[in-house]
Amino acid sequence: MASITIDGVNKIFGKTPALKDISLEIRDGEFMVLLGPSGCGKTTLLRCVAGLEQVNAGHVKIGERDVTGLAPRDRNIAMVFQSYAVFPHMTVGGNIGFGLRMKRRPKDEIAKRVQEGAELLGLVPFLDRYPAQLSGGQRQRVAVARALVMDAPVLLMDEPLSNLDALLRLQARADLKRLHKEVKRTTIYVTHDQVEAMSMGDRIAVMREGAIEQLGAPMEIYDNPATQFVGGFIGSPPMNFLRGAVRDGSFAGEGFSLPMSRPRADLQGREMVLGVRAEHITIAGDGVPARVMVVEPLGSHALVTVLVGKTAVKIQAPIDVAVRPDQAINLRFDEATLRWMDAGTGSAIQH
Amino acid sequence: MRARTEQFLPFALLLPSIGFLGLLIVIPMVQALLLAVMAEGGGFSLENFQRMFADVNFSDAWRNTLLLLILIVPLQIVLALCMALLINSRFRGHGFFLYVYAIPLAISDLAAGILWLAVFTERGYLNSTLQNAGVISQPILFLSFDNLGGILTAIVIAESWRATAIVLIILIAGLQLIPRDFFEAADLFGANRLRRTVHVVLPLLRPSLQSALIIRTIFAFQTFAVVFALAGRNMPVLAGEAYTWYATNRNEHVAAAYAVLLLGLTIVATVVYLRVLGLREAEVQR
Repeated sequence: MASITIDGVNKIFGKTPALKDISLEIRDGEFMVLLGPSGCGKTTLLRCVAGLEQVNAGHVKIGERDVTGLAPRDRNIAMVFQSYAVFPHMTVGGNIGFGLRMKRRPKDEIAKRVQEGAELLGLVPFLDRYPAQLSGGQRQRVAVARALVMDAPVLLMDEPLSNLDALLRLQARADLKRLHKEVKRTTIYVTHDQVEAMSMGDRIAVMREGAIEQLGAPMEIYDNPATQFVGGFIGSPPMNFLRGAVRDGSFAGEGFSLPMSRPRADLQGREMVLGVRAEHITIAGDGVPARVMVVEPLGSHALVTVLVGKTAVKIQAPIDVAVRPDQAINLRFDEATLRWMDAGTGSAIQH
Repeated sequence: MRARTEQFLPFALLLPSIGFLGLLIVIPMVQALLLAVMAEGGGFSLENFQRMFADVNFSDAWRNTLLLLILIVPLQIVLALCMALLINSRFRGHGFFLYVYAIPLAISDLAAGILWLAVFTERGYLNSTLQNAGVISQPILFLSFDNLGGILTAIVIAESWRATAIVLIILIAGLQLIPRDFFEAADLFGANRLRRTVHVVLPLLRPSLQSALIIRTIFAFQTFAVVFALAGRNMPVLAGEAYTWYATNRNEHVAAAYAVLLLGLTIVATVVYLRVLGLREAEVQR
């Protein structure tokens, strides 16, 4: 078992900085998710840990061992590729045992471990098949099995579920989480899907433009986004943002005014962005006036898009909510859940 | 109307190549077959093949052709593979090497033969260089009729120089078809360079190796111009005998018999390659 230490890592492609001085400590046995939009550097960071990219500055340590200059094969890691990279000329069994064969383990040990790996991922009936004869989900499991049988303390996963269809992804997500509980490898998991990140990660590192924007447990990041970007990236629907300033005991912006019961003196007059989650706004008899734009029934609840002043805001309402487009309604905000960000920098204002 | 267009379009598009192949390949091939099985006076007969087998040069030509095939084809495949792997490793300036390796492709085989004759002949570049360097005092007769090893070496060098690039280009194209992920997965799961090549790259390169082998073997059976330029009649080969029987002995029937023999050999070799190197059906991605 091993922790992973990423210390001041920089990576430059040509003249474009892909990773800007990233430091990150991943604990032994932790499931760390690197989350961010495409181009944010999450895959590059993973590849730097894997040794598939060389860092321009900084260090990567696995356990106590500095692996910065080492080849991938000397780092004692296993990886699941986004494309799976399951070898088409080998059977499922051949693929699962590939790493062990390359490490010249004894034949009977390889056979035993391949069998175990296949059992863990429900691949026993397919051991003699070729990847071309498998479905996408089965191929993905071959890639996971190949990585797990290595017994490497570190497991890297690069968007392993992105090529599966929605239903299969849901199942595979739960399977991977269960597997992690069983094998307890230190895992770095790259994804652009915030639902995956929320549901699987012990901690999430939200990345943007080559830097870590926020690091924390999923609910911590969901409840207290460090920046407007994080709030807008995490959650479905994303956090709502209203721009304005506190004046005379209420938060007022373009076309709306939100009364505050305990206005903070230090926020007086400051240009800010108010962040509020859809489930923390309720439709009420009185409150901030708004106009309904769209009502989307989603089975368990309804998503109502309303116009507050000139800003579109999404509200999570009960499925039987009785509102129609164009109707004038009033909104009540749960004051304890409101998050304040600086309008200029987008950074959360501490409270 | 549209359905009819769609039905005919593929055939219309195929027509030029079918016409081209028919005119330049199929018709001559049928003519050669007919010539080979027809007696000089008319009527079907195997006498042309009998004359071919009984010819003084036949066993030499047969031996030399197979010898060249066995020497040249593996050498070229191995050389081309090394060069292709080298270029594919994307070191600095790899593009330059590709251009240099490809230069001989632009030179016709007879010209290549004459070029190497200028190197290996009695007063050629090799002898004069060695003499000037003081390594030898008398020129060595590399291409003398009693120096079969010398002739063979010269031909193998000239052929390899001339035609390895064809194999190289097929293999580079094949290598570039292999997704990068496979190389990376091999690295990550503990394969060193050699084991990666043996266990991952070569198996995935099989379709390209197959094409390269087939093309090279066909060309090796037809080796003629380079041999003729370097050795003249000192080193008979099957394709050269066909030419000699046609151009010198004025017997198109026996020449055609040689051509048919070469065709047969080519087909056998191709079938063997397809069988041995072909992908198992289960491996083919649908």
